[in-house]
Amino acid sequence: MSRLFQSIIIENRVVTPDFRVLAVNPIGETGAPKPGQFYMLQVGTGEEPLLKRPLSIFRQRNGTLEFLYRIRGKGTRLLSSLSGGTEIQMLGPLGNGYPGPEGDFIAVAGGTGIASIFFLLESFPGRGYLFCGARTCDELLMLDEVRPLVKEICVTTDDGSYCSRGYVTEHLERGLATVPRLAGLPVYACGPEPMLHELTRLLDGRGMQCFVSLEEYMACGMGACLGCVAETKNGYKRVCKEGPVFPSGDILWK
Amino acid sequence: MEMSSGHKAEAAPDLSVSIGRLKLRNPVMTASGTFGYGEEYAEFVDLNRIGAIVVKGLSVTPRTGNPPQRIVETPSGMLNAIGLQNIGVRSFIDEKLPFLRRFDTPVIANFFGDSIDEFVEAAGRLSSAAGVHGLEMNISCPNKHAGWGAFGTDPKLMRDVITAVRAGTTLPLIVKLSPNVTDICMMAKIAEDSGADGLSLINTLTGMAVDIRTRRPVLANVTGGLSGPAIRPVAVRMVWQVCGAVGIPVIGLGGIMTAADALEFLIVGATAVAVGTANFVNPRVTIDIVEGIERHLSEEGISSVSEIIGSIRLPNRP
Repeated sequence: MSRLFQSIIIENRVVTPDFRVLAVNPIGETGAPKPGQFYMLQVGTGEEPLLKRPLSIFRQRNGTLEFLYRIRGKGTRLLSSLSGGTEIQMLGPLGNGYPGPEGDFIAVAGGTGIASIFFLLESFPGRGYLFCGARTCDELLMLDEVRPLVKEICVTTDDGSYCSRGYVTEHLERGLATVPRLAGLPVYACGPEPMLHELTRLLDGRGMQCFVSLEEYMACGMGACLGCVAETKNGYKRVCKEGPVFPSGDILWK
Repeated sequence: MEMSSGHKAEAAPDLSVSIGRLKLRNPVMTASGTFGYGEEYAEFVDLNRIGAIVVKGLSVTPRTGNPPQRIVETPSGMLNAIGLQNIGVRSFIDEKLPFLRRFDTPVIANFFGDSIDEFVEAAGRLSSAAGVHGLEMNISCPNKHAGWGAFGTDPKLMRDVITAVRAGTTLPLIVKLSPNVTDICMMAKIAEDSGADGLSLINTLTGMAVDIRTRRPVLANVTGGLSGPAIRPVAVRMVWQVCGAVGIPVIGLGGIMTAADALEFLIVGATAVAVGTANFVNPRVTIDIVEGIERHLSEEGISSVSEIIGSIRLPNRP
């Protein structure tokens, strides 16, 4: 069983114009991923683009690995053009994953962050209070799939095009003030860095654990090149190895 | 195994090479900075099957490295400005070397300093550590006593620092040359004259990338080192030129991704090759390349890798 393996693409499903779900079948036996972990995926066929791309594990079904991704740059655009039957090389599972949770928890997902939070919610069904937001309703994903997995859900859009208007952090702040059962629960978050930074600020002093999943440009994905570091109170830490999940209070936010 | 009629089973080709006193089972080494201290790769590669392990560069005092963003992909390559982050010579000897000693593969310690004194001290400490079989001197790092210009771009500094290190160690000493110079053959000859047992080239080419939306450099350090397939033609050319200028063995590196790439370097005169950025793309690549070289030699009916080293056939020039 190796963390370096070949996979066959089963499908590359269009979810919205900008988002896809890639489903792959590993060839041979591979390790089972934990929520919050990621894989490095080959996106080119040769030396261009050179590097593999890191994607969070979104869902795992009978050995099939699924990745929910946004088409953002050269790598993801190429990935979106790969069709069923294509063989790609992969590395994983990588990273530390979300610790616990032992009981009920709060999950905060911003935009594409729903990808890694989804696997957490699916792995601990019926225990999560999900605060889920995006810029517009076009970027809200997997709402129907996620509703059965959570205790409660609060959906926000920055522009008010769906459900409540405002930032997901504003709604969490209001929830913590008005909903007693949320107090003291651990928080798991994945999304844009300004959201994670704001989340850290609003949770400061409340005595609630908060774990954030970071992203950084990666080359090797396995701790060797030292390219993907985040600045923490304990020095530089590798997002691919000591992370991608970190206690939010450890991070030196920009 | 299928054999065509008349085919004689041949012994496996001899892949062994020597870099001075260093005997390698095959000509494939790891490039410093791309293989850590070996531990991360042990799950993918049998470290007993590589020619030599060149570890991440070490300095006497640990370095924290540069702030992010440290890397960016570029066409067929990448820029890095890691900033020479390392745990320091002492921690390497105490914590990382024991793991490497389990293997039957020469360990070459890449080292650097921000002054001649620091270079000499690092070399001295590494030389007395059990399990270090050779030293690779990184002179592409900035010199604090010379306005932070690199050692490797100043002929006098080159001569001074290599001579000083040479005087303090009897271990095989390889000098890793910077390509960011006008005349790499001149630098190569200085290194040879100053006592190097071998040369490795090329290190990264200095490059830069800009984010056109923010109008800022992508890397926090502004500039970085370019590596990967994009630099290979420059590396092959420089290795060819240096092999014609010096008598000591040359280790060729720069964008090697496959056995075919490695063979280019051997043919122009390199005694061995080092594989770097390719490890990020495929952590098993070093072994794939060893096997690929062996396969090529078998298919060509060549019994020893030494037969192809320096075997380039140049056109007759007037």
